[in-house]
Amino acid sequence: MGQKFKVIGSRAPRVDAPDKATGRAVFMDDLEFKDELVGVILQSPYAHARILDIDASAAKALPGVKAVLTGRDLPEIKYGVSPARYDEELLARDKVRYVGDEVACLAAVDLETALEALELIKVEYEPLPYVLTVEDALAEDAPVIHDAFPGNICAEVHQEFGDVAQGFAQSDFIRTDNMLNKRQDGAFIEPHRAVAVYDLSGGLTLYSSTQVPHYVQRTVSMVTGLDVGKVRVIKPYVGGGFGPKAEATPLDMCAAFLSIKTGLPVRMSYTREQVFLHCRARHQFNHTMKVGFKKDGAIMALDHQCTLEGGAYSSFGIATVYYAGSLLGAPYLLPNMKYDGLRIYTNKPACGAQRGHGGVIARALFEQQLDLVAEELGMDPVELRLKNIMEAGDVSCNDLAMSSLGMKECIEAVANGSDWQEKRGKLPPGQGIGMASGFFVSGAGYPIYRSETYHCTVTIKVQEDGGTVKVMTGAAEIGQGSDTAMAMIAAEAIGIPLESVRIVSGDTDHGVDLGAYSSRTTLMTGHATKQAGENVKDKVLTALAEELNVEKDRLDIVEGKVRIQGDGVDIKAVRQKYLKEHRGWEGMPRGEELTFSEAARVAYLKFGTIVGTGKYKPPVLGGKFKGAAVGTSPAYGCSAQVAQVEVDLETGQVRVLNITDAHDCGKAINLTSVEGQMEGSVSMGLGECMFEEVKFDDKGRVLNPSLGEYHIPTVMDMPRMNCIVVESNEPNGPFGAKEVGEGAIMPTIPAILNAVRDATGAAVDELPLTPERVLKAIMDKDKE
Amino acid sequence: MKKHHINLTVNGKELELLVSSNHTLAQVLRKDLKLTGLKQGCEVGDCGSCTVLLDGSPVNSCLVLAVQAQGREVTTIEGLAQGNEMHPVQEAMVEHGGIQCGFCSPGMILSAKALLDKKPDAGREEIKRALSGNLCRCTGYQKILEAVEDAGRRMGRS
Repeated sequence: MGQKFKVIGSRAPRVDAPDKATGRAVFMDDLEFKDELVGVILQSPYAHARILDIDASAAKALPGVKAVLTGRDLPEIKYGVSPARYDEELLARDKVRYVGDEVACLAAVDLETALEALELIKVEYEPLPYVLTVEDALAEDAPVIHDAFPGNICAEVHQEFGDVAQGFAQSDFIRTDNMLNKRQDGAFIEPHRAVAVYDLSGGLTLYSSTQVPHYVQRTVSMVTGLDVGKVRVIKPYVGGGFGPKAEATPLDMCAAFLSIKTGLPVRMSYTREQVFLHCRARHQFNHTMKVGFKKDGAIMALDHQCTLEGGAYSSFGIATVYYAGSLLGAPYLLPNMKYDGLRIYTNKPACGAQRGHGGVIARALFEQQLDLVAEELGMDPVELRLKNIMEAGDVSCNDLAMSSLGMKECIEAVANGSDWQEKRGKLPPGQGIGMASGFFVSGAGYPIYRSETYHCTVTIKVQEDGGTVKVMTGAAEIGQGSDTAMAMIAAEAIGIPLESVRIVSGDTDHGVDLGAYSSRTTLMTGHATKQAGENVKDKVLTALAEELNVEKDRLDIVEGKVRIQGDGVDIKAVRQKYLKEHRGWEGMPRGEELTFSEAARVAYLKFGTIVGTGKYKPPVLGGKFKGAAVGTSPAYGCSAQVAQVEVDLETGQVRVLNITDAHDCGKAINLTSVEGQMEGSVSMGLGECMFEEVKFDDKGRVLNPSLGEYHIPTVMDMPRMNCIVVESNEPNGPFGAKEVGEGAIMPTIPAILNAVRDATGAAVDELPLTPERVLKAIMDKDKE
Repeated sequence: MKKHHINLTVNGKELELLVSSNHTLAQVLRKDLKLTGLKQGCEVGDCGSCTVLLDGSPVNSCLVLAVQAQGREVTTIEGLAQGNEMHPVQEAMVEHGGIQCGFCSPGMILSAKALLDKKPDAGREEIKRALSGNLCRCTGYQKILEAVEDAGRRMGRS
């Protein structure tokens, strides 16, 4: 790479960490508004029912209640995530489709009054037959959940790349395997929350714990009918998102309507139980893969079917069902690939996007299958993977272009880092070691709605009195570290220390930013930030060149100092002018070099306030086939992991002993943050692999809607992780950077599965790895 | 709801408060005293985000009634830093990258402080047990453990 960076590539502490460590960071619940009301939502107790009548009169009459709304009070507008599937209405008018579907909302002076009023709303339901599983939903006489989607088929994908029949004909071996996971919950620690403030000039300010202020602004505007320019969405600090916060929630819209109706601020929150009911998290996937390969290990063809249990609404599900297929196109050379995907409506909460969107279970099966193939061929799993590995410059059969790809380096790094050669096949009974790889997009190539919009715009303003700059972006810091990454990129681009950069983000007034999803922020907002920084630098140097009467290309700013090429430039006049303006001040610039402060002051005095702007949208990417938009990205990050496990062969209890993890994130903007994403990804993957499962009773009610009963990894569950950051130079990324937040989850489940198989000889085809399931697999294996 | 006078010490300050008998310590600290550093993620004692120290021991303040704090000493995250100088656990969490979204951080930091006050040389297994009631969905805990170990070293020295 050769380029010496001054700010990026370091382990600078996060810019938001001191506030978060001391309790000063402001989250939704820490905001207070004068005379704020509390809003609550009435939800359906039935999985599927017709609404015959709603009587809200008693609730409206309760003292302290300020407004009650039902579906009949709202404009008849359908919304959702994908414009092709707007299948949600804010409050049900005719029919509820899952236990938790929204029926009414109200605002009152306090929570006690609001909850009391909720019980006074009388809803007459006519319960309807319901379906809770894919099989039941696809049965011939199944009840139809949405009239517009007969057969309960929400989305259907049929793709073929290359010639799969010929690929199988050329194969020496063919095998077919399955994998079934369970519905997962996002389980971010802060539930969704929103406060809407409608003002007297007809503007609505919505504070929301969202990943996507921009899409929330659009959805709220569309549903309420307010001009989009009158809706401002502000995201304070957010307590984690992971996907399920990447769309407008009923809280956002109900709070908006209730504030419009009452003229007062309205605060709404989901309880933890309501988080499970809103869901929008990982689908249940049922994958079947038939793979053909040659004696030498070359993969020839993949025929893949997948059915997704989607819940009552589409949410992100159209993208999910496409991703479930497209994300197998890499990182192995796979010349022929066929995919048939189905997303099915059921009378359960809607599933949506979650870390590793759509690709995690497909990856789990495919990587387990590769190990089974390796065994059939008598090859080492590492060797088989390296035999088929893609490299930078390769394009997958479904047109995903690997502009950089350190996949081989990641595999080699984890093989070395885990002592693979010394351990594989040589561990004591009950212990095993397994490896897997994966990759993910660095930002979706297209916005969710069809548009030529920029994916982000960034403004950097230089403070008029000198040295510091302020980065303004709509990007959503949700814990992943985007504020820090953008501040570092701005500092690097301008040539100033990180301390000279302040950042404000997460506000739609700062510009367009599509938000924190599809691991897009570092690459996309990073590009716009870099460009805005370069724009600032150019303006400052233009002014200074004029003032000093030198050619601009002789000037540069490095670490906050002005570097001048060649001799004969007299800086004294500029210095004197600056010192005169600051008579009596301490800490004034000294020495031979001008400072950025002096240069910025010169620029202000010449041009007025200096503002740099940047923008980014990806070039036209990917193939022309239907669904080509899902999976295309300007760049791809990739990961490999090795898991070592211990299995109690008597009980089936699995313990993960350690994980060796390597990720190619392009140029690491902040090494500590990169490792943080890698470690967090492993923990989320480990939870899903080992114990996470949202359970339902036979009436469609969630049985474990709490963090006590829905087990996410605690500190006791986590093994030691050895994280190795592999840096490639991504030509399409700012300073060579690309994603880390989601690619890093891809190998975790299959690495554990492969380790369990190494330990027991049994391939488990259903998640999570409960002791019963593992023990059964071991016993079945012994029977063979 | 019946109200009660209680006397307690919060972050070293002696206070007399009038609290409803059904209000939790978390509610009173957040709403009445505006100590919003503690976070509420579940309100039933599962997540640990509302951890505060009661006489030096960590409790889920959503499970403690305010009246139970009568005569006791409460430490919240706001009580750790001395002016601009952060507590060693806070410093270490910042430097080691133990903080991502930050929602669990105040509770996590207080649980760690309670342990290290008693045992600055606590080993990794002891630290894990002490933090086992504080859920974090972002970090995978590794950098938190590294931070707490380092904080212990810093506290042991001082």
